Amino acid sequence: MTVHPIIAALRRHKAGVVLIALQIALTLAIVCNAIFIIGQRIERVNQPTGMHEENDLFLITQQWVGAPSADDPAGVEKLDSMQQADLAALRNLPDVVSAAPIRSLPLLHSGSVGGIGLKPLQQKDTIDSNFYYGDEQALPTLGLQLIAGRAFTSADIQHKPMRDQSEPVLAIITQPIADKLFPQGNAVGKVIYLDSSSTPTTIVGVVARLQSAVDTAGSSLTWYSALFPVRQDANFSRTVVRAKPGRLEAAMLAVRPALYTVNPMRVIDEEHGVRSFADIRADAYRADLGMAILMSVVCLILLSITAAGIVGLTSFWVGQRQRQIGVRRTLGARKIDILHYFQLENLLIAGIGAAIGILLALGLNLWLIIHFEMDRMPVIYVLIGVLAVLVLGQAAVFVPARRASNVPPVVATRAV
Amino acid sequence: MFAYYFDLGLRSLKRNPALTALMVMAIGVGVAASMITYSVFRAVSGNPIPDKSAQLFIPQIDGWGPQQNRDGEPADALNYIDAMALMRARRATRQTFLYGLSMSVLPGGNQSLPVAVNGYAVYGDFFPMFEVPFLYGSSWSAAEDDGHAAVVVLSEELNQKLFGGTNSVGREITLDGHDYRVAGVARHWDPKPRFFALFNGSGFQDPTDFYLPFTRALDVQVNPNGNSCRGHLSFSGWNDWLQSNCVWVTPWVELDSASDVAGYRHFLEGYAADQQRAGRFAWAPNVRLRNVTQWLDYQKIVPTESRISLIVSLGFFAICLINTIGLLLAKFLRRAGEIGVRRALGASRREIYEQYLIEAATVGLAGGVFGLLLTAVGISGVSLLFSPEIARLAHLDLSLVGLTLTVAVLATVAAAFYPAWRAAQVQPAWQLKAN
Repeated sequence: MTVHPIIAALRRHKAGVVLIALQIALTLAIVCNAIFIIGQRIERVNQPTGMHEENDLFLITQQWVGAPSADDPAGVEKLDSMQQADLAALRNLPDVVSAAPIRSLPLLHSGSVGGIGLKPLQQKDTIDSNFYYGDEQALPTLGLQLIAGRAFTSADIQHKPMRDQSEPVLAIITQPIADKLFPQGNAVGKVIYLDSSSTPTTIVGVVARLQSAVDTAGSSLTWYSALFPVRQDANFSRTVVRAKPGRLEAAMLAVRPALYTVNPMRVIDEEHGVRSFADIRADAYRADLGMAILMSVVCLILLSITAAGIVGLTSFWVGQRQRQIGVRRTLGARKIDILHYFQLENLLIAGIGAAIGILLALGLNLWLIIHFEMDRMPVIYVLIGVLAVLVLGQAAVFVPARRASNVPPVVATRAV
Repeated sequence: MFAYYFDLGLRSLKRNPALTALMVMAIGVGVAASMITYSVFRAVSGNPIPDKSAQLFIPQIDGWGPQQNRDGEPADALNYIDAMALMRARRATRQTFLYGLSMSVLPGGNQSLPVAVNGYAVYGDFFPMFEVPFLYGSSWSAAEDDGHAAVVVLSEELNQKLFGGTNSVGREITLDGHDYRVAGVARHWDPKPRFFALFNGSGFQDPTDFYLPFTRALDVQVNPNGNSCRGHLSFSGWNDWLQSNCVWVTPWVELDSASDVAGYRHFLEGYAADQQRAGRFAWAPNVRLRNVTQWLDYQKIVPTESRISLIVSLGFFAICLINTIGLLLAKFLRRAGEIGVRRALGASRREIYEQYLIEAATVGLAGGVFGLLLTAVGISGVSLLFSPEIARLAHLDLSLVGLTLTVAVLATVAAAFYPAWRAAQVQPAWQLKAN
């Protein structure tokens, strides 16, 4: 079958052809960008934090009322003993495996970021890193995977007011920091300088992975984390608790009564005072997940509307061309020839639409890169999109085309 | 004639239920998607203080220098030293300096458990500057600012919680162990976004509970909700921290005329230049003076999700309309014979044109009603994409209902221009001959 008569016939339906082609082009542009966004968001949501069995974890945030000031030594000692009393009470709970004071947790969107350098009094820090502060129980409670060196022992732990700027003596860093600062390996035993300080901090261990506590928008900071053996004292405290498997809810319920028994003069927020890590994670990724769902819904509806549009217009054409189809059948065309005619016609229109759509898709992607700091879309997504709209066109055209092929030759002799 | 065409339109819709349903659904879904995302966008991109947004300015001074600031921009807040210098200079009609506080209050005597409350340490000018309405009492005076008075302004909500909504002016509350006398109770006031306190906040947080004098809050050393510091710090207590490069104070000034604004900018540059001469800053003056709308833009307060989803839904709506053009074309031209007869009986092109536009408008109206139902359902699902504090801002009100119907009808009529024109071009002789 030659394409020539199809093109000649399409010339008589310019408006319809332009509309279908345009619709396919726009659908392609939006669908492949949407699929790309969905893929990216899902990848981000699924990345592990580096904590083992993280769904057994929960975080307690509480503030003391009428607590002593952390700016004088006596106050600091008092605050520390209050924190120690809380920790002892929490560790004694029946459903709790372990508990540790902690400055922040991955994905909490609140934490401390500082600089790490390789020389004392460096003008500009070599890298920025998340600073986590905790005691000897922090590493096992979080379930981090130690791949070199050792964990902290209770002898390593210092306690300091939160505003104290003296540098910790020891640190555990993540593998990405070790790779960046000591590419030749063997980070354990080396020294680093925090925040352009003159006093060295010695690396005692390396953990595989620990995600950032702040929103890093995909920068290298996401995986640059350091843990210091410091229990921080302030008028508030955060504690991470690992519940026994399957006992998370019971453990969380037991927290408030236990802490109020130790000391009632404190505030534990109704909503966010005791939060499961699963909740923190869901909050952090809400927008990503919502975006993926929104984009999927938009894609589905868009594809069905475009398909319905193709069905509608092709049906109209078939109805209009009844007589011509009859004539062709009389002159010897088989049913399959009529079917192929409409299929080929659709392929032609969809092909033109897809060609324009590729340009639109790349343009839309470029625009998103400029305005929303999106990444460049790999070509594979465009190809998937092209394939999708071509298949969609063929599927949509099948029913009206088959109806056309069923037009009997005798129609040619009737006045329509 | 309009009523007759409208009736004809309805009949024609009934004749092709599948095609009609398709068009109505396409328009409904398209308009609903646009309206749902628009309702969120409208809520987050609104001007929180329309009548004064051009007179309120936030001065910024770079105290970190090119090595440590972000992309050459000064920090989003001031350190204590610069804030106090601006405060003492008093170069604006009104000025306030503020920072966020998290404190606790004992709601019912000393037997009850303390409750967390959040507020701001501000100057007395804060209330007239931001047009805070009062239910009882008033703000505190400049003399009380200078006297570091232990006074407090409560929100209507906290007054309800602590005093059952009665006039509590003159009574005392205990915040973090210190007593404060109630100077006033503010009527419900919660601008969204909370433009005046974007440092360490999304702009859509829980409503504020109370306001304390800035001077008093410093006296009792209430820590700010957040602060941001640079470089190697060497402080160990409150006073050292005040003198450090940590930024945490948000300044606001009210400037009434363009010359006042120019004057204040000049003053800021002069101040930064003085600091450079004095050796405190090792860099050229780097200052900004943005008004409320410029500040909201700079802070990118509209979430990316809101912009992207609005753009995607508008594109989606456009495709639905293109789809509608095609379907209307098919629907109208299928009735070429009918049009030919009407033309032969004396109907003018204009009348045909009108008839088909009105028919399209009925489709648009049906699409709008369907879209309205979808919008109502969709708005309750907004929390899927946005955090609860933003999702609760989206709601279906009368203006959104009107907008949904108007957009649906207008867009469909616009989509019908070409198909109706084609219908009006039908040659009566041709049609009659073919029949």
